[in-house]
Amino acid sequence: MVETEEKVVEVKNLFKSFGDLKVLQGVDLDLYKGENLVVLGKSGSGKSVLIKIMVGLLKQDSGSMMVLGEDVANLGVKALNELRLNIGFSFQNSALYDSMTVRENMEFPLVRNVKNLTKKEITMKIEELLDSVGLPQSIDQMPSELSGGQKKRIGVARTLILEPEIMLYDEPTAGLDPITCIDINNLIVQIREQYNTSSIVITHDLTCAKMTGDRQAVLLDGQFKAKGSFEEVFAGAEDQRVKSFYDYNFINS
Amino acid sequence: MAEDKDDKKPFLSKKIDKFFTGLASAYRFVLRFFKEVFVPPYEFKEVVQQCYRIGVESLPLISLTGFIVGIVFTNQSRPSLEEFGASSWLPSLISIAVVRAMGPLVTALIAAGKVGSSIGAEIGSMKVTEQIDAMEVSATNPFKFLVVSRVLATTFMIPLLVMYTDFVALMGSFLSVNSKELVSMSTFFVQVFESISFLDIFSSVLKSLLFGFTIGMVGCYKGYNSSKGTEGVGRAANSAVVISMFLIFIEELLALQIVNAIRTW
Repeated sequence: MVETEEKVVEVKNLFKSFGDLKVLQGVDLDLYKGENLVVLGKSGSGKSVLIKIMVGLLKQDSGSMMVLGEDVANLGVKALNELRLNIGFSFQNSALYDSMTVRENMEFPLVRNVKNLTKKEITMKIEELLDSVGLPQSIDQMPSELSGGQKKRIGVARTLILEPEIMLYDEPTAGLDPITCIDINNLIVQIREQYNTSSIVITHDLTCAKMTGDRQAVLLDGQFKAKGSFEEVFAGAEDQRVKSFYDYNFINS
Repeated sequence: MAEDKDDKKPFLSKKIDKFFTGLASAYRFVLRFFKEVFVPPYEFKEVVQQCYRIGVESLPLISLTGFIVGIVFTNQSRPSLEEFGASSWLPSLISIAVVRAMGPLVTALIAAGKVGSSIGAEIGSMKVTEQIDAMEVSATNPFKFLVVSRVLATTFMIPLLVMYTDFVALMGSFLSVNSKELVSMSTFFVQVFESISFLDIFSSVLKSLLFGFTIGMVGCYKGYNSSKGTEGVGRAANSAVVISMFLIFIEELLALQIVNAIRTW
């Protein structure tokens, strides 16, 4: 459900290599405000690299990456950190801090970046977010006591605590059972509606893509080979690799 | 292309390349520590937490080891001194050995095993599970939060642990001395303090600061640069201990030369 034609992310002619391995080879991509964009591709095709460049964890070799009107590669540390506050990054393995409880995990970004909040306000905010991801009872648990799906939900709740404008989901359904996958997919849709975010979902799971995405983009050989709605991309796909990507997922589901 | 070139290099040349690349990377890491340590925001809470973990949680092991070292060293030294009829010098000998060398060395080696490996494994596991990246994207400087706080904590806590080890070892020695002949605690400690100089204590504290810095820095460096999944975490913890111990002995040797030069000056 795209709200406006305002672009929140604009990627132009992006190249990234690791030694001899060429990962991104002239990638162009736009994310519109309020949109859920799914980036599909095989493992190792550079999907995660793309969103890591978006938050400044990696730097591109050439090309431009504009996020909320800022050129990420040319930002100083302070400006980059300010931009990062507007981007929520949900990691593939949740990346919850092992040594902290769920409460401390969620407090971590908040107490460091939002001043003048009372202890009560922080607790209320954490409880509200845990409620919205359906895990209010986990507040004092350690990450090691949570299941994979619960970790993902808490990871998403932690990124939402700073009320980001853009959400980046890195393989949100990887390693989860089919029922939990559907729960996570529903959560991604719910977050967009509840918190009015624009999102990029990185996945190779077509069920996730279909359920969460307004638009799909298929990354193959370092370039987007197809973009459009789910039907536009896969119904009668001309590129054999895009077609086989669909067939493979279909057979496996 | 670069990898092809590397593959053609002889084994020894590759090893030398790797050694100097590692050295340069460690140098940059240490330099980054000194750049970040003075710049706000300061992670006081994390430093205090790490001081507690490194200091208080090491006390049982340090107490036991220090006490045993005191007893063993006293029992081993006694026969030699008795041969020369100098067994009354036992407290002096023990105090000089413990304060000048054994206290700092034993504490540092135990801390390298216990604290260094735990820092290496903890940060290494955070690295491979993307927890460090998660910190970075939530606008927190992970180097400051994880590395600076731990290195400061080891640097402050190791000297305190060394002083504690010295005390416990001397208590062990006192008990050992008393098992053969009756010596009051005040007589024992008067002899202890008469034998050690300000330079002994000062050099011991300075050396301990350096040992603490080394343990923290090597553990953090190895953890922060670990790769290859869980195998890399194990390697980081292991090499943190091995390299820390190696550096501690080198530092001990250098410190001994410097202090001896000052003593004879």
